[in-house]
Amino acid sequence: MIGKTLKELGKALTEKKISSVELTQLHLDRIARLNPEINAFITVDAQKSLAQARAADARLAAGNAGPLTGIPIAQKDIFCAQGWLTTCGSKMLGNFVSPYDATVITKFDVAGAVNLGKTNMDEFAMGSSNETSHFGAVKNPWDVKRVPGGSSGGSAAAVASLMAPAATGTDTGGSIRQPAALCNLTGLKPTYGVVSRWGMIAFASSLDQAGPMARTAEDCGLMLNAMAGFDEKDSTSLERSAEDYLRDLEKPLAGLKIGLPKEFFGEGCDAGVMACVQDAIAEYRKLGAETVEISLPNMQHGVAAYYVIAPAEASSNLSRFDGVRYGYRAPEYGDLADMYQKSRAQGFGAEVKRRILIGTYVLSHGYYDAYYLQAQRIRRLIAQDFVDAFRHCDVIMGPTSPCTAFGLGEKSADPVQMYLSDIYTIAVNLAGLPGMSVPCGFSAGLPVGLQLIGDYFAEARLLNMAHRYQQATDWHLKSPKE
Amino acid sequence: MSLTLPQVRRVAQLARIEISDAEAETTLGHLNGIFTLIEAMQAVDTQGIEPMAHAQDVAQRLRDDRVSEDDCREAMQAIAPETEAGLYLVPKVIE
Repeated sequence: MIGKTLKELGKALTEKKISSVELTQLHLDRIARLNPEINAFITVDAQKSLAQARAADARLAAGNAGPLTGIPIAQKDIFCAQGWLTTCGSKMLGNFVSPYDATVITKFDVAGAVNLGKTNMDEFAMGSSNETSHFGAVKNPWDVKRVPGGSSGGSAAAVASLMAPAATGTDTGGSIRQPAALCNLTGLKPTYGVVSRWGMIAFASSLDQAGPMARTAEDCGLMLNAMAGFDEKDSTSLERSAEDYLRDLEKPLAGLKIGLPKEFFGEGCDAGVMACVQDAIAEYRKLGAETVEISLPNMQHGVAAYYVIAPAEASSNLSRFDGVRYGYRAPEYGDLADMYQKSRAQGFGAEVKRRILIGTYVLSHGYYDAYYLQAQRIRRLIAQDFVDAFRHCDVIMGPTSPCTAFGLGEKSADPVQMYLSDIYTIAVNLAGLPGMSVPCGFSAGLPVGLQLIGDYFAEARLLNMAHRYQQATDWHLKSPKE
Repeated sequence: MSLTLPQVRRVAQLARIEISDAEAETTLGHLNGIFTLIEAMQAVDTQGIEPMAHAQDVAQRLRDDRVSEDDCREAMQAIAPETEAGLYLVPKVIE
């Protein structure tokens, strides 16, 4: 049962080939064996998971199970889960046992899924390598001397090493897609506003979006069906009627137009990565799709605009961590201001502090217009580029990441080098579009991800395109050697 | 542009993050690297472009002003660093 897809596990559970308790225990055993090296989980609580599994078995016995009932799914430690330690990868929340559930957690609970544990992540989701976690770096199961990507690196490593059948992630600038690419997973960042942000610890609120990380596109669709939906508790949740994201899964691709932005295929991408991406595009042509060259002329300014907007929003969001109501408080301090300053200095790690300082600076008097407003204007230009591009094509393709998994410590000393890891993913968040990463081959033994970008609300189309490709290839089924 | 050490200290103070002299030096180097990346943005002509604050052009939803949550003070205060009689404790602000 280890290494099966969610679809296969659901079938095994309804056919009583295995119980949820047995399935959960199998994965807990695997976590106990592999996690000490991989460090993908921050919190595992076998009693809580097995209690949920027993409840799922009762539902299965009563015949009112859904497609995810009884399946263990790992949750990124950014989602508040009642009674669970919820750290967001930070010392600041190192003692935070959440008093409530995020909407995403509630939805998986309603679906009958089992919370398998809370996965490691870059601190407050700020990072592209999972090295900024207070709880230690996560290792890439394909090569433990390398990073799994970030910020959802724990989720990616947990699924890639088959400790979890699937996991949740969040994506502010590429944090689902880039680790999915680096660990050979299928990951989907939905259109902004499709999945509720309630109870998901905020980094940059106008960009943050949760989504599934799994081994197949079909599994991502199964998860998105459970995760998506209007939530009045999230003020930016979109009021749309529910949809079945699997409805177009089997549609033929004949006649579909794939846009290839010349900005994705120029300099700056590793040759081995580019070769795999080109092979994948050739496969899509075989499946009947047409390709057309397009241009996203303002994409080159995406990283700059992002590193103004995201830190600006983060500096505001993270002002809530003051050592008063929850989280870390410094053991010794003088007056109130000193308590704030020491608690925040000791509770936050270096990258988080750096981004708070950038954000504070660009929002401060005299710099607001030059930085913040300029970045927001560029954000509109980037979004408009996509609108123009989708007049000529149905979906956009290119690499997810300019390189395969890099070495632990290789980029952590230079923030700018780290930031450039997200050069192909950031524009999608700025525009609010859905994006996916799909396994498309290996370069020097390391996985490569193909990025698919859709128009607003084109999740079903993206899943269809990924699924058809996965019917014709088997890259996504490959797992690292133990 | 380049930031200066006093600017870094000032921003850290605004952000309520204590910063040592050594940290300020390292941070200055990192921030200047990042702002070199950001500065490229200034060359883009954005005259007449409306700033985009949000991914979707939708109006903020309003809700009725009514109680929607049960009393959860105890659960919320159970995780606070220091409370007394239902109140959060902080160092004295007014003598």
